[in-house]
Amino acid sequence: MTDVAIVDYGMGNLRSVEQALRHVAPDLEIVVTDNARVIEHASRVVFPGQGAMPDCMRELDARGLRGAVMQAAKAKPFLGICIGLQMLFEHSAEGDVAGLGVLKGEVVRFAPNMLDARGGKLKVPHMGWNQVRRVSRFASPRGDGAIAPSPSGGGLGWGNAPEHPLWAGIEDNARFYYVHSYYVKPQDAALIQATSDYPDPFVCAVAQENLFAVQFHPEKSQAAGLKLLQNFVHWNP
Amino acid sequence: MLAKRIIPCLDVTHGRVVKGVSFVELRDAGDPVEIARRYDEQGADELTFLDITASSDDRGIIFRIIEQVASQVFIPLTVGGGVREVGDVRNLLNAGADKVSINTQAVLNPQLVADAASRYGSQCIVVAIDAKQVAADRWEVFTHGGRRATGLDAVEWAKKMQSLGAGEILLTSMDRDGQKSGFDLLLTRRVTDALEIPVIASGGVGNLQHLADGVTQGGADAVLAASIFHFGEYTVQQAKQFMASQGIEVRL
Repeated sequence: MTDVAIVDYGMGNLRSVEQALRHVAPDLEIVVTDNARVIEHASRVVFPGQGAMPDCMRELDARGLRGAVMQAAKAKPFLGICIGLQMLFEHSAEGDVAGLGVLKGEVVRFAPNMLDARGGKLKVPHMGWNQVRRVSRFASPRGDGAIAPSPSGGGLGWGNAPEHPLWAGIEDNARFYYVHSYYVKPQDAALIQATSDYPDPFVCAVAQENLFAVQFHPEKSQAAGLKLLQNFVHWNP
Repeated sequence: MLAKRIIPCLDVTHGRVVKGVSFVELRDAGDPVEIARRYDEQGADELTFLDITASSDDRGIIFRIIEQVASQVFIPLTVGGGVREVGDVRNLLNAGADKVSINTQAVLNPQLVADAASRYGSQCIVVAIDAKQVAADRWEVFTHGGRRATGLDAVEWAKKMQSLGAGEILLTSMDRDGQKSGFDLLLTRRVTDALEIPVIASGGVGNLQHLADGVTQGGADAVLAASIFHFGEYTVQQAKQFMASQGIEVRL
């Protein structure tokens, strides 16, 4: 049985993701595949993506992989990367196209003519290394994963919820490599794992049960990225 | 906050890293895989490899180098030199490049930029522009390693490349390349102000202040340098610490 299946729907280059996973898990069987049966039988699934979302959705369907990806996203350790995060949502402004709808919410573009705090021009795509700030989430008595003010800010005293295992060994505010022009807006704030600023905070990581998905590229984010991938291959939600 | 990037550039010919002055007089700087690993350890934000011979006989060498680097170094890798068709882009990406830089062929066949961007995404298509000042406030695009004038205005050309789908511009001042007198800051400023996509400043870095000036005065999103790193004058880490001391956001 395949340990890790990297979903290949013909868009972009999956070599980097494959190389980085092999580097952190030399003993696992890692395959790049466009075969729905291989995805269905894999222990865990990585769903990467590059390029434009309408092309990605079309190519995913052309290969008959929609069902296998949706099933994996609900059933086993699943890591979405970049467009692989965006495709999980209901709708994208890029080409006005429907996504898989595994998660509620939409994908929107960065605004034009954005400026940084010093009046410098912020380019789109957002390209390079940005800090990933984890959402401090405190266990709510309602069990809904609501975001509470931090204790130092006069918090509600729910007690610290354990941090998501995929962040283990990675410093808060560590820098990861990004290249994208669109970002996700989840309907449910409880999904949000982390944000980055450009210049306003945008969601760069979400999690739900067996699923974790990020806007940045862990496979190109040196030590911090390799650590996240290593955490993923050992994650047992 | 997004960090400004420092990108060491490795000019590769016959399997070795070399560095010239104004595109000629090459000097050997070492083994590309070893150098790439060293820069990664020093905290380089990306690496750029330019295959400066790019004759068909040598084509296999750059693929093997990229394959070796990509299996050990997990930061973005850009490869340029001799990219003539969409198949070349595909082959470089398959070898392990994250971005492919197109220069001469973008001028000869602008449609290549559009085709490559639509097939593989703008995020992996860099257009390299070699520009030479021809009048006050006017720079002309040159091709074929700086040997052939095109009559194209560099700022207008950069805008056209953006509209065809380039994800980033690598802007080299031919007047400054290898001179160690600093970037052409006015050229950099003109191009970055005209574009929505990131601009990498290149050509002329001789000290760390030059790198900082490229960002603060030129408005560059990233700065590229070769010889100051290759010959051990400065480490990438020293460059970053200097830039941070000037108030520039960097990844330390």
